[in-house]
This record gives sequence, structure tokens and C-alpha cells, in this order.
Amino acid sequence: MNIIILVKLVPDLVEELTVDASGAALDMSWLRLIINEFDDHAIEQGILLKERGGGQVTVIAPDVEGVDDVLFTAAAKGADRLIKVKGDFSAGVNNHALSRAFATIVKGLQPDLVLTGVQANNDIDGALGPLLAGMLEMPYVGYISGITIDAAKSKVRKEYPGGLIAEMEVNLPAVLGVQAAEQPPRYVAVSKVRQVMKTSTIQEQSAPTLDPSGGPTISRMFQPEAGGRATMLSGSADEISAKLVGIFKELGVL
Amino acid sequence: MTQDIYVVIEHLRGQVAEISYVMLAAARELAKGQKGKVVAILLGKNAQGLAGNLAADRLVSFDHPALADFTSDAYQKVLADLIQKDQPRAVLFGSTSIGTDLASVLSIRLGLPLVSSCRTFSPEGKFVSQICGGKIMAEGDLPMPTALITVVPGGYKAEDGQSTQAPAITQAEVPPLESLRVTLSKYIEPETGDVDIAKESLLVSVGRGIQNQDNISLAEDLAKALGGVVSGSRPVIDQGWLATSRLVGKSGKSVKPKVYLALGISGAPEHVEGITNSDTIIAINTDPAAPIFGVAKYGAEIDLFDLIGVLTEQVKQARGG
Amino acid sequence: MTTTETVQQSIYDQVLESTPRGERLKLCLQCGDCSGICPFGYLMVHPPSRLIAQLRADRFEKVLETDTVWMCVSCYACTAVCPAQIPLTPGLMARTKEELILNGNVPAELQSALENSQRYGNPLGESPRKRADWVAGIQPEVKIMGKLRQPVDVLWFVGDYPSYHPRVQATAKALARVLHALGVNFGILGPEETSDGDSQRLAGERGLFEMLAERNGLAFSKYEFKEIITTDPHAYNAIKNEYPRLEISYPIRHYTEFLAERLDQLKPLLKQEVKAKVTYHDPCYLGRANDIFDEPRRLIAAIPGVELVEMSHNHKNSLCCGGGGGGMWLDGFQWEKAHVRLSEWRVKEALAAGADILAVACPYESPRFEDAAKTVQGAEQLKVRDIAELLVEAMGN
Repeated sequence: MNIIILVKLVPDLVEELTVDASGAALDMSWLRLIINEFDDHAIEQGILLKERGGGQVTVIAPDVEGVDDVLFTAAAKGADRLIKVKGDFSAGVNNHALSRAFATIVKGLQPDLVLTGVQANNDIDGALGPLLAGMLEMPYVGYISGITIDAAKSKVRKEYPGGLIAEMEVNLPAVLGVQAAEQPPRYVAVSKVRQVMKTSTIQEQSAPTLDPSGGPTISRMFQPEAGGRATMLSGSADEISAKLVGIFKELGVL
Repeated sequence: MTQDIYVVIEHLRGQVAEISYVMLAAARELAKGQKGKVVAILLGKNAQGLAGNLAADRLVSFDHPALADFTSDAYQKVLADLIQKDQPRAVLFGSTSIGTDLASVLSIRLGLPLVSSCRTFSPEGKFVSQICGGKIMAEGDLPMPTALITVVPGGYKAEDGQSTQAPAITQAEVPPLESLRVTLSKYIEPETGDVDIAKESLLVSVGRGIQNQDNISLAEDLAKALGGVVSGSRPVIDQGWLATSRLVGKSGKSVKPKVYLALGISGAPEHVEGITNSDTIIAINTDPAAPIFGVAKYGAEIDLFDLIGVLTEQVKQARGG
Repeated sequence: MTTTETVQQSIYDQVLESTPRGERLKLCLQCGDCSGICPFGYLMVHPPSRLIAQLRADRFEKVLETDTVWMCVSCYACTAVCPAQIPLTPGLMARTKEELILNGNVPAELQSALENSQRYGNPLGESPRKRADWVAGIQPEVKIMGKLRQPVDVLWFVGDYPSYHPRVQATAKALARVLHALGVNFGILGPEETSDGDSQRLAGERGLFEMLAERNGLAFSKYEFKEIITTDPHAYNAIKNEYPRLEISYPIRHYTEFLAERLDQLKPLLKQEVKAKVTYHDPCYLGRANDIFDEPRRLIAAIPGVELVEMSHNHKNSLCCGGGGGGMWLDGFQWEKAHVRLSEWRVKEALAAGADILAVACPYESPRFEDAAKTVQGAEQLKVRDIAELLVEAMGN
């Protein structure tokens, strides 16, 4: 089973996000980039599939700050091959450009299964997984929380709101958008990652020029109005209740 | 080529999903400026009955056994065919398990531009999307010629996408749907055992202030009246007054309800960590310095026991008995 | 994949080789004193003595299958009482936890604290850039070394919880006031400071500890100062006893030692009476692990109006608050198993001693004891104060 996992590094929401001088893009200088948590789940799911049914797991990520650590951590979890895609990612790229960059590489590797997170916090033009599926003309199903492989088919659990699950059969090769791995991403001791850094290598592949066409042009980025302190409701229990009922109606609860 | 705005209606197990109405409301806004019509697109098997309250100018129905339940391959084929033929100004999809299976693939397949996570639109054809957990908004002009759009809730009210009159329905020809690579085997219902508070949209959450097990029933009454579920902070679970599955916070679950009503919860960081994704937090606490007021949108400095009975009654009345 | 044989050998040898006096493991008499005094020993499938027995019987894989080793809060009680003087806490327990982690046996809460420490340099997952935000508004200004660019006498290593946790920031602010009042020439590293790593080390992440220590070492080397003081006994323990092995060596004291030395200067400033019965909780890493018992008591006794009372467990046999060795990040897990908290036990002792105020000297303790006081009957009026906070109260306005 030849499994490929595509990883994006995205802005860490713990840090302050600000808009740059142009007013139309994120200020990259203050950004911390971390692995997209859904891609972390995709890695975990890929490793689980390998542990169950054998095969090879390849992890591919763009060459941005922090990528080496992300790839070596994946190797410490059990990934067999690590590929770093080199290109000019400094200004940030949209998913159309990234999926084009990945498409040629992925095609060459002839995977049975491509896993990636179902979404990422900086998506503005769809998601990496289904865009790539479109380019490779593979079937795509997203919001996956369980996968079993049976010969040339995969049985997947697709999540709907309210906890409803649809069990579907998807022909392989396919691209699946992972919502949650069957178990939370495992912990890897720092010592293990450091050990792996000495024994594993990251392959580098170049991307053709990054082509963002298909994504929107952003004319302005801004922060929504800041929160601040709660609007305090005052009065008797009756008065406060009435105000709350009004709020519930406004919010569509009543 | 038309200036019409198409809306891909989402339905699941015989029910129209709320996002469909939100999209229709959004489409009406767009259609005003683009001088086009709002066209609802309905794929299914005998699904016309669902069209009853869709606020669209007309509805195109694709009726076929293979479309009875959503599967990505089949729906993609039908929509690709339709969009290519009609070339509307825009096609709206939900930013959901259904919509996101479709929009991106179609963008590549049809060579059409895609903008996602859109919250609002202006009649002039501008979109505003939310990214980075809602911390950043991105604005731009809807791309040409046909913009594929995924829509998130929050920008429009569902009721603005509803109508008392069903739109005029045209039956469209379904392209051949064979050799589908994605098929549905079965649905699996969620366990009715205990609720998953992480999936609930309204939580009535109690803290230390609830004081004892018997008082939990007061919270349960309010939750029931509001159509929600009871959750709690750590001291409540520790005392055994609520099951561990109801714990909100660092040692428990992160919840993302539309409304989080915090009763007698001080708002320690370990608890707040679990509620930051709530849309609206409402806090009731007698301590004006309680940290919860720093993260809540609305608050009231009142004893929860003075409030809860009265509030439950008023909510029941508002619901109509 | 390590075989059972290799796992045992390496653990056995590791403890012998990597911990000072580790070879004493060979002298275990199986007396069981350690397991007996362990506050959660009764819940462990393999309390310390049985852990050693499994090691010797070639059955360490049995230990790896269980998760009760995570009940250990690294309180040092076992180490203090062992007649063979085996370094149980830093050697055996930490190394066993390390093996559990390598085997994927980590409770989720602890996992995120460790991941946060890696990513943000603090277990709370807060932005490193905000580490010195707590100094805002303090006059005179608290000097941050990176901006100051001048030598200071004292480098104050603030710590994770005093920097970020809302309750414990009050302790940091209080200590800043005391240091200013004494005219101490001090500075802090601010955003350049990273977690001391000691609790992470004792929770089994030696690699993470070394990574964090290296970062701090680098930051220390950039600046000129005569000594380091810490708010936190865990940081004190790390910098005093563990960092030197990584070639990071500085004169280091806990703030209570530093202030006790200046009692002559401090006492006249304590003008306001604090009329209360105060009991002092000996933190594990100040008391039992590092033999500092008197200095904190002298500081408390210097406050006018205070009557110092002792709890039934005090000095060397003080009861742990439950926060060490990863305990701060295992609350849910430990509660599930025990349905009792060590911090609640301790609060009951404070009440039994007739205390109005429970005085602490470790940043884990104020939030833990205040939480516990909420659920212990009769503890509603019990105040929990760090010594620094008491001193500021006594300094008046």
C-alpha cells in the first residue's frame, strides 16, 4: 500500500495575527507556522494504516520555516520517506498553487491512497485535498474519521453534523480529506525525533513556478471588531430573563 | 452565460440543512446587484417535496436513484454538466461535509475560480470570507466569469432564505451516472447513550455555584426548554454530579456551540480553554470580577438560583408552551 | 524496536549510569518504605519497590502495560525515606516514565503540556512573546535584559506559571515589589526565558528538558549578572542540580533564601500588621529535595501579627500538593483513579492546624490549593498566599 500524506504549515492562532502594510495579506514576519492539525491527523491515520496492513508512507510538505521538524517528527512516528518541495513560498501561496506544485510529484509516485487534512485555517480557495483530486482525476471524499482498506477499494466513514456517519466505498487510488484519525496523533519524545534527525534524510524536489490562478484576489484583509468585556444585562430576574430571551431569539435559538 | 446565482441545496435524510437557507439568503443579496435570479439546484430522488419553503426564483431538480443520497462522484458529474452548460454568475455551496466535497474538484474540472469560507456578500459583487479561526477577514471582488463559492453560516439568517411559497420547478435531464467511484454503503446513527457535548449547539453549563446534585435538574429543565444539553466545569464533574462526558475544559472537551450559557462558573483558564470556540458566551455569576466576564459576550451579575426558574419559564412561554 | 531484554537492560543501566548515585539501585532491600510513604502508592499497580522487583525479575514489560506509574507526582517522599539512599524520584520514576512515553503510553493532558513546552517554551501553550506581559504597569519598571543591555546584580528567573497564569502573576508582581523596595538591581529575561523544564524532565521527557535547558543556557550566556534567583523551587532545582551537567552553571538561589539573607533590611518595611494564624506548606522541591526549611519560616515570622503554626506533616515529611512530575497536567487522569486530591488533603491539614492563611512558596501551589479550598468543607475562608504576597501585604501601601 503506497500512501502519500500532504502537509501544509499554517499560521499558529496562539500568536497575534496582523495584516501587513499592503492591507491585503497577513504579516508573515510575526507568524509562527505550525503543522495544520488536520494534516497531523492525516499522518496519524496513514501510520495506523501502515501498521495494520503494511506499506510505505511518504510525507510531502512545502519548504517553509519549521518544515524540517514537521517531517522528522513524521518519520519518528513511522513515515518512510520525506519530501520537501522547494519553491518561493515566502509570500504565502493559495491552495490552487500548492496543489499544482504537489500534483506532478504525487503523480510520479503512483500512490494507492492520498491523505490530507480536510481543511486548514488559512484556506481561502477551497482545500488542498479535493483540488489535488481534481488535478489527478481521482475520487475525493472529505470529513473522514475512519478508513479500512480492502484490495482496490477503501471503506471510509464520512462525518455529518450531529454525529451521523455515512459509510462509503471509494475506489482506489483516491484522495481522502481527514477530519480525525482513528486515534489522536501520538506523542513522540524529543529524544526520538533528535535520533531520527541523524538517521533520516529529507528529499528535496523543486516545484515549477507557483501558479495561483483559480483562487480569488484579496483586496483587503482586516481584523473583525475586537471583543472586550461582556455587555452586562441588569435589572430584576424577570427583566434579565426577558433580555436573555430576546438574545436567544436574535441568535436563532428560539 | 447568465447573471443568475445558483445555490446547491443540501439535504440529508429527508431534511433540508439550515445552510441551504443561509445560502439562499446570501444569494438574494448577490442577485440584487448582479441583476440575476436565484436558482436553487436540487439533486435527489423524489426530493421535490423538500422545495416547499426554499426562497428561490426557480428550482432545477435532478431526480435519479443514484442521487438519492449524497455521494461526491455522482453529484460532481451532474453539477459539472449543469454549470458548464448554464454558466451562471456564481454557484454557492455549503462549507460543509457535502459542499466541500464538490466545490474544489469542480473548480479544477471546470477551470473556474473558487473562493471559500464566505460569510457575507454585497450586491456590488464583493465577498467577505473569514479565515484563521475567525480572527482575520478577507475581502475581494467575486471572480469572473463564474465564481464557485463555499458559504459559512453566520452572515445571514436562515429565515431570510425561507419562503411560504415553493419556487417553480423544472425537471432537468440527468447525465449518465455509471461507473461511480464513490458509493454509499449505509448510514450509522450516533449512539443515543450519552450526548457528545462537543457536537451540541447549545450548552447550559454549570460550575461550583450549582452547589449540589439536586440543583442539576434546574439546569436540565432550562437546557431542555432551550433545546440544548447540560455540561459542567471540573468541580461539578469531580463531585459526581455530572458524567465525565459532560466536562468542558482542559481536562475535558473543547466545545463549539452557538450558545454557551455559563451558570456559576468563574472562568478559570483551564475551563475557558474549552469554550473559546463558542459563538456566543453568556455568563451568570454573582462575582463581577469573575474572569468569565472577560470572555463572555453578555453577562449578568445575579445569583443563578434567582434567575434560573424565571428564565426557564420565559423560555418555555416564548416557545409556545 | 527494542526487545524486552534490551529495554530492561537499558533502564537498569541507565539509572545506574545517568543518575548520580544510581548504582545504589543494586542495594534495594525490598523493604517497601518507598511504596508505603508514596501518597498514591496504594493506587499503583507497581509502586516503587515493586517496580524494582519487576526490573530484577526480568518483567519490565508488565510495567509498560499499566498506566498507574502516572500517579507519581515526583514528590521525593520515597527518595527521602529510602534506607539504601536510592535516587528513586529522579532516577527510577523519571526513567520509567520515559519508557512509557517511548511506548506511546502518555495521558492526553500530559501530552499537550509536553507539546506546548516544545512549541511555545511553556506548558500552558501561551505565546512566548507574551512571557513578560505581566510587568505592564509596574513602577518602577521591571528591567528586561534584552532591552536593558547592561549588567545587573541579580537575574530573576520568573518561571512559566508566574509569567502566564492569572493567579500566579500576582506572585510575580508581589516579588517585583519586594525586590524594588529592597533596592535590588535585577532584571528578567522576559521573552528570552523558556520553561526550566524540570517537571517535564521528571515526567519522562529528558530530551525535551535538555532542549529547554539549552535555550535557557544560551539566554543566560548573553548577559552579565552575579547570581540567579527563582520564584519557583522547580526552576531552582533544575538550575542548581541538573543544568550544571549540561555545562550551564551559575550561582543560584530560591527567592526565599535571597530575601531571608536581607531580613535586616526587609523587616523595617513590614509595617502593616497581618493578624492571622499562618501555616507554611513546605514545597517538595525546596524542602525535601533541597533542604531549605528555615528561610521561608523566618520570612513569615518577621511579619507583625502573624502566628506561625505547623501542620501535622511538615518539614521533611510535608505532603505534596500533587503538582510535580507532570501532576500539574495529569489532574483529570489522577482524579479518575483516586477520587481524592493531594491538595485537598493538605487543605484539610491546614484547617486542622487552625490556620487562617496557608502560605506557599511554589507557583504550582496557589492555584492548586485555592481550587482545593473550593471543594473542602470548612475551607471557604482559608486564604492561600505566596510568601511574596504576604510580605507585600505587610509592607502596606
